[in-house]
Amino acid sequence: MISLAGRDILHAWGKFVFTGMGLGLLIGVTLIMAGVYRGMVDDAKVLLDNSGADLWVVQQNTLGPYAESSSIYDDLWRSIKAMPGVKNAVNATYLTMQVHFDNHDVRTMVTGISYGGPGTAGWPPYLVAGRHITRSHYEAVADIATGFKVGDLIQVRRNHYNVVGLTRRMVSSNGDPMVFIPLKDAQEAQFLKDNDAIWQQRRRTFNNPEFNRAGFPGLIDAVIDDQSSNQFVNTVLVQVDHKYNIEETAENIRKWKRLTVYTRHQMEDIIVGKLIASSARQISLFLVILALVSAAIVAFIIYTLTIGKTREIAVLKLIGTKNSTIAAMIIKQAIALGLIGFVVGKITATFGAPLFPKHVLLEPADALRGLAAVIVICILSSIIAIRAAIKVDPAEAIGG
Amino acid sequence: MIDKGIRIAGLKKRYGFGDTAVDALKNINMYVKPGEVVGLIGPSGSGKSTLLKCLGAVIEPTFGKMMLGEEIIYDNGWLVGDIRALRRDKIGFVFQAPYLIPFLDVVDNVALPSMLAGASNYNARSRAQDLLKALEVEHRAKAMPSHLSGGEQQRVAIARGLVNYPPVILADEPTAPLDSERALIVIKILNEMAKKFDTAVIVVTHDEKIIPTFKRLYHIRDGVTYEEEGQGRGFE
Ligand SMILES: Nc1ncnc2c1ncn2[C@@H]1O[C@H](COP(=O)(O)OP(=O)(O)OP(=O)(O)O)[C@@H](O)[C@H]1O
Ligand SMILES: [Mg+2]
Repeated sequence: MISLAGRDILHAWGKFVFTGMGLGLLIGVTLIMAGVYRGMVDDAKVLLDNSGADLWVVQQNTLGPYAESSSIYDDLWRSIKAMPGVKNAVNATYLTMQVHFDNHDVRTMVTGISYGGPGTAGWPPYLVAGRHITRSHYEAVADIATGFKVGDLIQVRRNHYNVVGLTRRMVSSNGDPMVFIPLKDAQEAQFLKDNDAIWQQRRRTFNNPEFNRAGFPGLIDAVIDDQSSNQFVNTVLVQVDHKYNIEETAENIRKWKRLTVYTRHQMEDIIVGKLIASSARQISLFLVILALVSAAIVAFIIYTLTIGKTREIAVLKLIGTKNSTIAAMIIKQAIALGLIGFVVGKITATFGAPLFPKHVLLEPADALRGLAAVIVICILSSIIAIRAAIKVDPAEAIGG
Repeated sequence: MIDKGIRIAGLKKRYGFGDTAVDALKNINMYVKPGEVVGLIGPSGSGKSTLLKCLGAVIEPTFGKMMLGEEIIYDNGWLVGDIRALRRDKIGFVFQAPYLIPFLDVVDNVALPSMLAGASNYNARSRAQDLLKALEVEHRAKAMPSHLSGGEQQRVAIARGLVNYPPVILADEPTAPLDSERALIVIKILNEMAKKFDTAVIVVTHDEKIIPTFKRLYHIRDGVTYEEEGQGRGFE
């Protein structure tokens, strides 16, 4: 027996290829959407991995430091470090803000890292260019995705920083590239709004007769200095001695300090479950819409092709073709359309993904799931056409 | 030989029920010998197409008896289990328009009913080639139907009707779209094929050009058949 579906496709290949390409673009977008989600999860994991921490100590009852703001005193790390099982504990700050460079702003996550060196929690684990921060002020290591280069002078709030090194794949869970600066600078940046706000604040302080009293020289300077310093950080990153159990160490800190402590696993749940959740919902809604649109396209095309063959189907039935053979022919055509679409879609996604500003992670497993979904959608979409074909009366071939 | 051919006795067909019922066939009696080509003529609405559909096992008659060879296929109800297989194996169809499958080439169009009946592609195609040769279109075997002339298409359609060597061929106005020269050629071919393959052929027609060629005719008027001696002598 020859393949009726195959012959028909070869005969009408133009229709199949063009419809398949249209469908393919939709499938490509679908795969990219899935990739965007995977990319966000991956970014979150990279963020957590790169922090080098086993535990995140944050303000009590907050989901900080990434999903919610958290503020804790910057001297807490000392007592945490003294707790059993804690190998190292360091302060860190995270703040998403605009960094100014060369007349434009780049959205980044400015990360304040404690004095130390590579290997200290919070520090970028490796550089792709330049060197690590060595001075305690006004040096920065930036992710390559910011577009900055070693030697660039960037502006965070009112201060200028010299870019001394570059990292790769150091991004926030929103995909914003990270800029590492010394903790003190970061605390200041976090506290101070901008030049104008500082200027206003200073003027008000200056005009306040309480602070600017004759006979107390130096008071006004002390007040202003105090106002522009910040004793808070967002989190303490804890590295646990590998001889100790991480969960027990976390429990210890929770018990003795009025703080919330998250393990790596909990942190991942927070970012994926809370921070990325709404994006994930959006993306899944898009996926559903795209699936429906694809189904509608396949159904419409297969139905149109089938209706266009009513006479041939009547003749096929008259000469003894089984309904099941005709149904199989229609399903095979729908699947062929889906496969063409999938191949075009996969190619589109592979070549299109790098053009997206977000990190798009195309996982082979997602492609396989997509393929399965496409085939199921195609089979379901051919039902209408099959019903129409089964209704065709062989008597139609004989006519009146 | 009395035991071959097709035989119809007292066949009736009623469409619909009650007040709107139409008695399309009231009393049909026919016998067509193997190798014989008979004409079936009658005015519009007389029941020709209805009769063809009953014979072709496409619709079910209401009453009566039909025999294919020695097999009673209908006796106030179908006596064959698989009507579709009956159509496929025992009846060849030739239509007013060739109705070839546009996405199959000529040889596969002809071979398809044989493949559907379970023949291997090779056997079905070689049988198709033989028929195409007999009908003098074998040089077009690899062409697509849309690249054939009307007459060539009709010959291919006849070959398709013959490929399973059915005992009966039903032809529904097979010459309608053809000029008189080609129409006569088609009738001549049907006569030759009937002889060659021992097939009973019933040709429904309005076509004045070919009516004189039949040796025997059935006239159908208002659902009733009347046998007539034709003027033709066949193509002996
Ligand atoms: N499906 C149907 N339902 C009801 N009545 C029908 C149906 N098909 C045909 N008829 C009626 O049965 C009668 C015979 O119709 P049929 O089509 O067999 O005529 P015909 O001889 O083929 O006519 P024509 O030469 O015009 O094709 C007509 O009165 C027609 O209206
Ligand atoms: Mg008719």
